[in-house]
Amino acid sequence: MIFWNSIIVGFKQIWSYKFRSFLTMLGISLGVSSLIAMSAIVNGMENGMKEGFIASGGLDKVVIDDQSVPTYQEHLAEMAPGKTMKDIDALRANASMLKHISPEISTNTRYAFRGDIRTRASEITGVTEDALFINQHEIEYGRWFTKLDEENGSPVCVIGTQIRDELFGNPDVIGEEIIPLGEQIIIGEQLFTIVGMFQHYESEVARRERLEKRAAQALLPKGPEKAFKPTVTSTDNSRSWGPRRGRGGGWAFDRKNSTIYIPLKTALVRFRIAEDSLQLDDIDIQVADYEKLEDSLQQTRNILMITHNGIEDFTFNTQESNSETIEQSIQNSRRSGTIISIIALIVGGIGVMNIMLASISERIREIGLRKAMGATNSAVFTQIIIESIVLSSLGGLIGLAISYGLVYIVGSLSTSNAPVIKIENLIISMSFAIIIGLIAGLYPSLKAAKLDPIQALRYE
Amino acid sequence: MALVELKNVSKIYQVGDEEIRALDNITLDIESGEFISIIGPSGSGKSTLMHLLGCLDTPTHGTLTLDGIQIQNASPMQLAAIRNRKIGFVFQSFNLLPKLNVAQNIEVPMIYAGVPARERHERVMEALKRVNLENRARHRPMQLSGGQQQRVAIARALINNPRIVFADEPTGNLDTHTGETILSLFRELSQHGHTIVLVTHNPEIAAVTPRKIEIRDGKISLTLDERLSGKNLHIQS
Ligand SMILES: Nc1ncnc2c1ncn2[C@@H]1O[C@H](COP(=O)(O)OP(=O)(O)OP(=O)(O)O)[C@@H](O)[C@H]1O
Ligand SMILES: [Mg+2]
Repeated sequence: MIFWNSIIVGFKQIWSYKFRSFLTMLGISLGVSSLIAMSAIVNGMENGMKEGFIASGGLDKVVIDDQSVPTYQEHLAEMAPGKTMKDIDALRANASMLKHISPEISTNTRYAFRGDIRTRASEITGVTEDALFINQHEIEYGRWFTKLDEENGSPVCVIGTQIRDELFGNPDVIGEEIIPLGEQIIIGEQLFTIVGMFQHYESEVARRERLEKRAAQALLPKGPEKAFKPTVTSTDNSRSWGPRRGRGGGWAFDRKNSTIYIPLKTALVRFRIAEDSLQLDDIDIQVADYEKLEDSLQQTRNILMITHNGIEDFTFNTQESNSETIEQSIQNSRRSGTIISIIALIVGGIGVMNIMLASISERIREIGLRKAMGATNSAVFTQIIIESIVLSSLGGLIGLAISYGLVYIVGSLSTSNAPVIKIENLIISMSFAIIIGLIAGLYPSLKAAKLDPIQALRYE
Repeated sequence: MALVELKNVSKIYQVGDEEIRALDNITLDIESGEFISIIGPSGSGKSTLMHLLGCLDTPTHGTLTLDGIQIQNASPMQLAAIRNRKIGFVFQSFNLLPKLNVAQNIEVPMIYAGVPARERHERVMEALKRVNLENRARHRPMQLSGGQQQRVAIARALINNPRIVFADEPTGNLDTHTGETILSLFRELSQHGHTIVLVTHNPEIAAVTPRKIEIRDGKISLTLDERLSGKNLHIQS
């Protein structure tokens, strides 16, 4: 009963100093909202990482990166050959432990046009069929490049669905699936013919959402036929790559969906100024057996050391090391975010303690009077600490509301993964607010409980 | 047995090296139903005595029994319970809680006594009737006159049916006329059997009570009791 009454008295007290209480709560609100928003953002990052893994090939994919030559070979740096077709040939001939070897030449352009409509691809790269396997692409419509395309360096391309969405129309918007095989687009001022299109890659969640949306739309009465206007599609962000990309979708899938592949030779002859250079931009490899990753890489290294004249100007970038660094950076983000939020909460808690101390020194007579009327020390203690907890909990609730707003804003601004608020983050953050209220109220409550009623009644 | 029994009670304050004997070896009985005033000049120790009698404080030396309970060794929690059930206070400056309305102010002691809400409400209305303020239940203290506020304070002091009510200069903040109505209210309560102790420095106010105890320098210097053979003078050493 005294407990319940204390809560009511606490609310009244807070209400009678609305503005002051509100300012105090705000400190807690900021702490709570930053804690929730931070975890939501990190959750989003984590989801993105997981999806990224699914989207960008398995652990058996290894990227051969350039590396500045080791110090003991510095005098040879000028002679470092870099990645060339020679490496590919040697690896194809000798690297028995590799399943796929994918040479890549990038076109150094990102834009594809259809008339005035422009889209930004995640990559426009010359590749061989190996890239399909390593990056786990599936061609749903049309075909891959023929031998002839590859030998002639023909201006043909295979595109991801998002390129189609932006250049020809998004099926979710126009209501029908356009398959632009045989259509021509312009890449780097040259006409290319689309010969194939990949399947649409998306996370499970995104697929479900999209299908539900489509089902809901099918139930609606059909309005007048919507004419396809590309400017409209670009504002619809349910499936677009770039700064206006959709919420909830993984960037890794978006990235994969906005791929344009052209034959390796095409990239070489049509986009290289020095046409005779066989310099590659990238070599991706896939080991045959992930269990033997170390051995496979050692074999690869041995072969490459021969083609590179013994100069070690390359390094292996495994998915594993990628995932470790990503995990590390997510850990770091989480940790620093938590620390910042907890500092904010502590500052908020100091604010609460401050206001509770002010509150009890304003109410010394009241406390003395209540004691004279029979309030025990513990009743006074309970009243003050509940007031403190009510104050910080209200702050926490405001913080909860703020965090939703914050997460919404971050979600619509960021190009990476949409933040995800989890129930446990809400519970943890609210618990923090309550605990902070408890701790901040402890000293003022003890002080109030220990007040000598006679001194308190004398106090003017 | 008397309601209150004080035996050789002293209250000594230590201020630095100095020892202040606010009360010095006081022996006093108050019977149940008595209407008594404690009188004396400023600084004589009246309030200190009232605080001891009202269980807000414990004596440095001596024994104090209230309603058969030994007070001098009681814990703060026991003292709080005794104040809640057996004692009512009325102060010079009314001491109502400004954020609460009249009814809520009167309710406070019952909340600490654990009285259920329904009964609290009934008793508040009863108490308001007794002090003639039944239509002011929802008013804030600031919306009442000084005399009305003091009546609310009296209603609050009586709400748990205490064994004894202490009033420390209850008319000090009121004009003469209003003061008189408050005093007649006390007289009326006394006639209904309440035990009331008036603390004042004003002999005119003390005149309303049959028994008067005068304090000087922490000692009882004079006891006047009209009930004993007219104007009996009893001087204690
Ligand atoms: N906490 C304390 N510490 C030291 N001295 C005290 C304390 N409380 C009271 N005194 C002293 O005890 C003496 C009696 O004080 P008390 O308040 O009882 O006087 P009073 O008779 O009520 O005076 P007044 O009519 O002015 O209210 C005074 O000399 C006072 O200074
Ligand atoms: Mg006094």
